[in-house]
Amino acid sequence: MNNIRIDHASASTEFNKDEAHVDWHDETLWFVRSKRDKAVFQIPEWEQLREAGSQIKNHVLSNMHDLLIAFEEKATQNGIKIHWAADASEHNQIILDILKNEGVNRMVKSKSMLTEECNLNEFLKEKGIGVIDSDLGERIVQMRGEHPSHIVLPAIHLKRSDVGETFHEHLGTEKGATDPQYLTEAARLHLRDTFLTRKVALTGVNFAIAETGGFVVCTNEGNADMGVHLADVHIASMGFEKIIPKAEHLGVFLRLLARSATGQPITTFSSHFHKPRAGQAMHIIIVDNGRTKQLGRPDFRNSLKCIRCAACFNTCPVYRRSGGHSYHTAIAGPIGSILAPNLNMAENADLPFASTLCGSCSNVCPVKIDIHEQLYKWRQVLVQEGHVSSVKSLGIKSMATVLSSPSFYRTAGKLGRFLMKNTPFVTNNNLNVWYQHREMPDVPKESFREWYLSREKGKKE
Amino acid sequence: MTSREKILSSIKKNQPDYQELNVNFKFESVFEDLYAKFADTLSFVGGKAVEVADYVAIKADVKEHYQGVLNIATTIPELSELADFSLNIDSPHELEMLNLAIIEGDFGVAENAAIWVSEKHLPHRVLPMITQYLAIVIHKKHILTNMHRAYERVQVNETGFGTFISGPSKTADIEQSLVIGAHGARGLVVYVLA
Repeated sequence: MNNIRIDHASASTEFNKDEAHVDWHDETLWFVRSKRDKAVFQIPEWEQLREAGSQIKNHVLSNMHDLLIAFEEKATQNGIKIHWAADASEHNQIILDILKNEGVNRMVKSKSMLTEECNLNEFLKEKGIGVIDSDLGERIVQMRGEHPSHIVLPAIHLKRSDVGETFHEHLGTEKGATDPQYLTEAARLHLRDTFLTRKVALTGVNFAIAETGGFVVCTNEGNADMGVHLADVHIASMGFEKIIPKAEHLGVFLRLLARSATGQPITTFSSHFHKPRAGQAMHIIIVDNGRTKQLGRPDFRNSLKCIRCAACFNTCPVYRRSGGHSYHTAIAGPIGSILAPNLNMAENADLPFASTLCGSCSNVCPVKIDIHEQLYKWRQVLVQEGHVSSVKSLGIKSMATVLSSPSFYRTAGKLGRFLMKNTPFVTNNNLNVWYQHREMPDVPKESFREWYLSREKGKKE
Repeated sequence: MTSREKILSSIKKNQPDYQELNVNFKFESVFEDLYAKFADTLSFVGGKAVEVADYVAIKADVKEHYQGVLNIATTIPELSELADFSLNIDSPHELEMLNLAIIEGDFGVAENAAIWVSEKHLPHRVLPMITQYLAIVIHKKHILTNMHRAYERVQVNETGFGTFISGPSKTADIEQSLVIGAHGARGLVVYVLA
C-alpha cells in the first residue's frame, strides 16, 4: 500500500469534508438507483433476463478464443481493419500510427473507458495530438484536467456552479451562469464545430458480434454517431471481453443495459456498425491489457462479464459517500475494485477494502457478477501476497493468535476490560480509528463465559 | 510472436472449460394495446407519437408545426413537396444546415419506443443525428412488442449501418438535470401511419 499516493480511505475523508456536497452526491446516485428499480419492476421476466445475460457471458468466457477468431474473420470480410494490442502502450501506439498515417494532429472521441484505462489522452497530448472528448460529462472533466468519476455519469462529482465556472473559462459562457439548458447549448455549439472538423473519430464498443463481424455503440447524446459519420476514419477500441456470439443476444443485453444504468428503457442511440461507409476507413483495436490474466483466475474471471452499466456504483453505500475519484482508477466503484487489483495489486490493494460487503452490487448486476464475493476473495489474496499495510495485517494476525488460544483469549479479555475501565485514554484516543467516529461502549462487568459459569454454578446449588 | 498470437494463445490457455449455451434468452412481452404502449414510452423518453391516416395528414401536420422552417429534407418520396433541401450532396458535412429531416423507420418497438433506421432508407448515416429536428414515419402494423422480436425481424448486417433511435438526443451530465438536444436532434416526432 506504500505505492499509493493517496488511498481510498484518505481520499474519502477529504471528500467527506463538504458534508452538504456528500449528501447531495449520495442522494443523487440513490435517485438513479431508484429510477433503475422503477424500470426493472416493469419487466416481469427481469430475473430470467439477468440469468440469460449471465449465461451468455459465461459461454463467451469459455469460448473466447473461437469467438474472437470468428469475429476477426467476419469483420475483415466486412472491410474493417482489425488490430491486436497486448497492452495499453501498444493500443496507444496503434492509434498514433493511424493518426500519423492520415497526417492529422487532432481527433474527436466519444466515451471509452478503455482509453481511460490506457491513458490515451495523456499519451497523445505528449505526442502533440489534440483529443477532444465529446460526451458532455467527459468534456467537462477534460476541461478541468480531471478524470471521470463515474463510468456512465462522468461529471457526477460536480455541481452546476462548477460546470458554469469551467464553461465560462473555456467556452466564454456568461460568468455565474448555472442553467443546465444554457450550458448544454454552449457545449453543443462548441462540439458541433469539433465534429465537423475532425478527420479521425474514436469510439468505444459496447458489444461486438462474432457471427456478423460488427459492433454496437450506445449513447444518449448521439456524440459517437456525430463523430464517426462525419470523419474519414473511425477507430473503435474494445477489450476482447466485449464479444457476444450472435446479434439475437443483443435482445437480452440492450434490454438490460440502459435500465440498469439510468432507468431508461434503452439508450437514445444503439448504433450497429458493420462496414465503413463509402470512402471511409474503419479500424477495430482488440485489447488485452491484463484481461487474459484475469481470464485465468477462476475466482475473478467473472468480472470480465461486466457490461459497464454502473448499477453497482449507484447502489454502493461506500461509492455514494466517497466519490469516484477516491478509487484512483479509470473504473471506480465495486466493479472497478475487483478489476483494478488484477492490473496492479500493489497500487490497488486498498480498493477491495472500500466496501461493506453488503452485497447490493451483486443484487443489481445485470449479468450476475458475484462482485461482493470477489471483493472478499481479493482481500485474502492481497493479504497473502503482502500488499496490505502492516497495521492491518498485524491486527489480523494478533486477532488470529488470540482467537486460537482459549486461555490467551480469556486473559486478553480480562486485561481489555480492566484497561478500558481504569485507563480509558488507552482506547479513547485518535490512534484508535474506531474511536474517531464513535464513543467506545461501556465496559461489561464480566465476560459472557464468566456470567455463564456462575449461572451454571447457581443452578447446581 | 505477434500480439495477436500472444493474446489468442493466452486466451486459449486461460479460458474455462467450454460451457454450452442452452439458456432461454427470448421472452414474450404482453401489452394490451401496442400503439398505446409505444406512444407512452416515446413520450417518457422525450419524443411524441402522432397517429395519422395517410401521407396527406403528415404533410398537413408538418406544415402546421414547422411553419416558416427552411432546410427541410426527406427520404420519403410521398413527402417530397415538403423538402427544400436536396440530399443529393457530395459530403455529409453539408447537412449541417438542416433544420428538419423526415425519414422512414423500418419498425418500432413498444417496450422502449426504439425505431430501427438503417442505410436501406438512409442516404447519409449522420442524417438522423445532425438535423436540428427529426421526424420518423413508421407503420402501425410494424410495431413489435420487445427487443427479442426486433432482432428476429432485423438482419443487422443487411447494410453497413443501422441504429435503434429512441427519442431525441439528451443528456443529464450537468447535475442530473435532463436536457433534450445534446448533440443530435432537439426533438423527435414519430408519425404512425394507420
